[in-house]
Amino acid sequence: MPHAADTVAATAEQVPEIPAELTIPKLFLQKARHYGSGRVAMREKEFGIWRPITWQEYLDNVKYIALGLIQLGLEDGDKVAMIGDNRPEGLMAEMAALCARGVGVWLFQDCLMDEVRYIIDHSDAKFLVGEGQEEVDKALSIIGDCPKLKKIIYDDPKGLRHYKQDCLISLKEVEALGRELEKQKPRLFEELIQKGHGEETALLFYTSGTTALPKGALLSHHNMLSMGRSLMTIDPCQESDDYVSYLPFAWIGEQMMSISCGLQIGYTLNFPEDPATAQENIREIGPHVMFAPPRMYEQMVRTVQVKYLDATWLKRKFFEFATWAGYRYADAKFSKKGIPFQWRLLHAIAMATVQKKLKDHLGMSRVRNAYTGGAAMGPDHFRFFHSLGVNLKQIYGQTEVAGISVVHRSTDIKFDTVGHPIPGTEVKIGDDGEILTRSPSVFKGYYKNPEATAKTLKEGWLYSGDKGFIDDDGHLVVFDRTKDVFTLKDGRPFAPQYLETRLKFSPYIKDAWVVGDRKEYLAAVMCIDYAVVGKWADERKLNYTNYQELSQMPEIYDLVEKQIRQANKDLPDVARIRKFTNLYKEFDPDDEELTRTRKLRRAFVEKRYKVILEALYSAATSVHIDTTIKYEDGRESRIVTDLKIVTTTT
Amino acid sequence: MGETAASKGNDVLLELKDVSMYFGKVAALVGASLKVRKGEIHSVIGPNGAGKTVMMNCISGLYRPQKGEIHFKGERVNHLRPHERATRGMSRTFQKVEVFGGMTVLDNIRLGRHIHLKTGVLSGSIYLGKTAKEEIENRKFIEEEIIDLLEIEHIRHKPVGMLPYGLQKRVELGRALALKPDLLILDEPLAGLNLEETEDMARFVLDINEDPRWNITCVLVEHDMGVVMDLSHRVFVLNFGNTIMDGTPQEVQNNPEVIKAYLGEEDLYATRR
Repeated sequence: MPHAADTVAATAEQVPEIPAELTIPKLFLQKARHYGSGRVAMREKEFGIWRPITWQEYLDNVKYIALGLIQLGLEDGDKVAMIGDNRPEGLMAEMAALCARGVGVWLFQDCLMDEVRYIIDHSDAKFLVGEGQEEVDKALSIIGDCPKLKKIIYDDPKGLRHYKQDCLISLKEVEALGRELEKQKPRLFEELIQKGHGEETALLFYTSGTTALPKGALLSHHNMLSMGRSLMTIDPCQESDDYVSYLPFAWIGEQMMSISCGLQIGYTLNFPEDPATAQENIREIGPHVMFAPPRMYEQMVRTVQVKYLDATWLKRKFFEFATWAGYRYADAKFSKKGIPFQWRLLHAIAMATVQKKLKDHLGMSRVRNAYTGGAAMGPDHFRFFHSLGVNLKQIYGQTEVAGISVVHRSTDIKFDTVGHPIPGTEVKIGDDGEILTRSPSVFKGYYKNPEATAKTLKEGWLYSGDKGFIDDDGHLVVFDRTKDVFTLKDGRPFAPQYLETRLKFSPYIKDAWVVGDRKEYLAAVMCIDYAVVGKWADERKLNYTNYQELSQMPEIYDLVEKQIRQANKDLPDVARIRKFTNLYKEFDPDDEELTRTRKLRRAFVEKRYKVILEALYSAATSVHIDTTIKYEDGRESRIVTDLKIVTTTT
Repeated sequence: MGETAASKGNDVLLELKDVSMYFGKVAALVGASLKVRKGEIHSVIGPNGAGKTVMMNCISGLYRPQKGEIHFKGERVNHLRPHERATRGMSRTFQKVEVFGGMTVLDNIRLGRHIHLKTGVLSGSIYLGKTAKEEIENRKFIEEEIIDLLEIEHIRHKPVGMLPYGLQKRVELGRALALKPDLLILDEPLAGLNLEETEDMARFVLDINEDPRWNITCVLVEHDMGVVMDLSHRVFVLNFGNTIMDGTPQEVQNNPEVIKAYLGEEDLYATRR
């Protein structure tokens, strides 16, 4: 492993200091007063129309909700949990909780009952703000186990007409309570805000946890604000910019864009009509800045690839030319030696004929900076976006630094690194290759978990558990989770994610799981993309009834093998996938195989699919599966099938 | 749900008096008498070929029964054609979806709205004043009430023919709702749907029946007994064209004749739960 430097501090950018007493609510009040009703703070698409919400309306709503919460008994430092899709009410509830001196706790929308119960109970949440019937149902079924939970608040009354429980209250009623309180104490709201200090806890954020139970990271106002300020110094946004908020608020990246950065710049947040319409709505808005985990970008690439397979001959040829020219241009840019004239010219033609339209369809025609982080992204995907002229950058960070700590600079992008630390941040490599970070954004510790805190926070340095190194250009390279690095047969270390992301570049592959730590050879368990492979099979008149049957067809095995051969290309022999099998189902966060941000939980799947692993390292040509699947509503169904084990030919 | 039936009052919306329908010598429906009260979900059950769909076709006007009378809102409607019954507040969905496959979801639903459009060809082509206002009102109704209720925002502009069956059924329901009917005839709304789609559809039926924004009386033909017994206020049982009984779900489940004829020896009473 090359060690060019042991420590790398931030580059010389100057960041304006965040005053220690500044809090998110104080900043919110300033901004709302400054913009008033003359500017749009958010938009939500509702009933087919984009409906604007001005800063004044935003402020009023937050004020009444906050006072309503006080009226219901919220005290300093009480936790307010929130769950639901991205919508203005969700953000208002969070802001109100902070203004009322509470602490925000976000849950993923699709959390299972056990996760909800664990987080609500562990966080000592006093209030839960849900969206509608689904969230209320979840909350009602756990309230018996969580005695500290006092009230369940909802904002969409649909389907709730027969719910008469005392613990339920609508957001409208909360606001009405707030209005009453304001009449009695008109200055209370502002007094509460002015009482705040930057060192106080703003958010209690539960990490997705690839390995164990989620841990609650305590983040202060200062953590959040300083992180946002640092990022905005490198890649400034403007007040007139648009941002589309559609990723879960329970993901720190979304908090960073909507709160830490959004509030400091004052750009407009746009909320899609429905999670299913997000991609369409992004296209309508044409955001200036984007931040999403790799899977969102992977999905975009897949959409383009599938459209390409469907297109007419002429269109396909144009697309091939445009990507060819785009890749040359992007590679020239990456090499930083200047872009020769002929590539500039060809790129301009490609832009005019294909890529401008393509960018528009992906909603990226106005994107100034697109970020990806949260998991590894394959170089193929990365190059694809640069070939389109999208300024995609890697970000490295974690919940424990309130979002991000390392990012690419626009002029210095290398797709196998994550770039330089943001201003105010120092990064160094520990003794065993662990990445350590020190900055004003490093969190306060884990809630009710001093052992984990002591292990993670030492003398101001954050021990990330990720392995990496700093390359000759001072870029940080994140290798993988420390435990996830393999040792190949010849003793070399190897990150399975590298192969997995390469495999996922194929539109036919939804997920891949590469195994083979200290084994003779590498093997893989593949999940096909049902929609794309299904369509491929339809075109070839292959009959199938469901995912399981489709995945086990010999033709599909041939197809998958072809994708594996492609990924194996140019790799040394020991790093090639020798055997594989197609799994009878997709990996699913509901089955705990993936985290909510869709990272593979290796230890878990290794245990769960032990039989398959054993078969992959035996002479067997098939493996018998007899298992039960549990659905979200508790029903179970039995699966009996035989999975083929295929040896790849080289 | 049975206990709330009594509270629905006795305001009869639809009444069939001794209705009979023959195809040649086959008696499809013999002397059927049915009273559907305002606010009810009144189910019609029976084995295949019992005459349920014939009965629905008689109500909606597709068939003219040879004998008997049909009253809707106190008016005798035997002689009225289907579209005339529609303007009086009756609307239906079909066992096999009857949507316009090449048109978008929105256009299909808009089509159901056309009986409420007052403007003519001339003013419509100018699109000023009244016409524009009317269109905006209708748009509001469709977008805010129907699309939102049925949760089909994401497919608004998709051609219906491209959609999965479960969504096509939803679109058909949307089109029926666009008429803003007082009586909605649902002919096997759950047939061919998977569990999740069934649950959604059952919820929509409950919503349009109970929500004060709609308060639509429903005649429901359905085979899924679990859903029928859960949703209905009253159940009407047919067998080979003959009425077996008409009562609350509780009464129907306990009636030995019904059990013999339909609920049956084996697991005909299988529900999907």
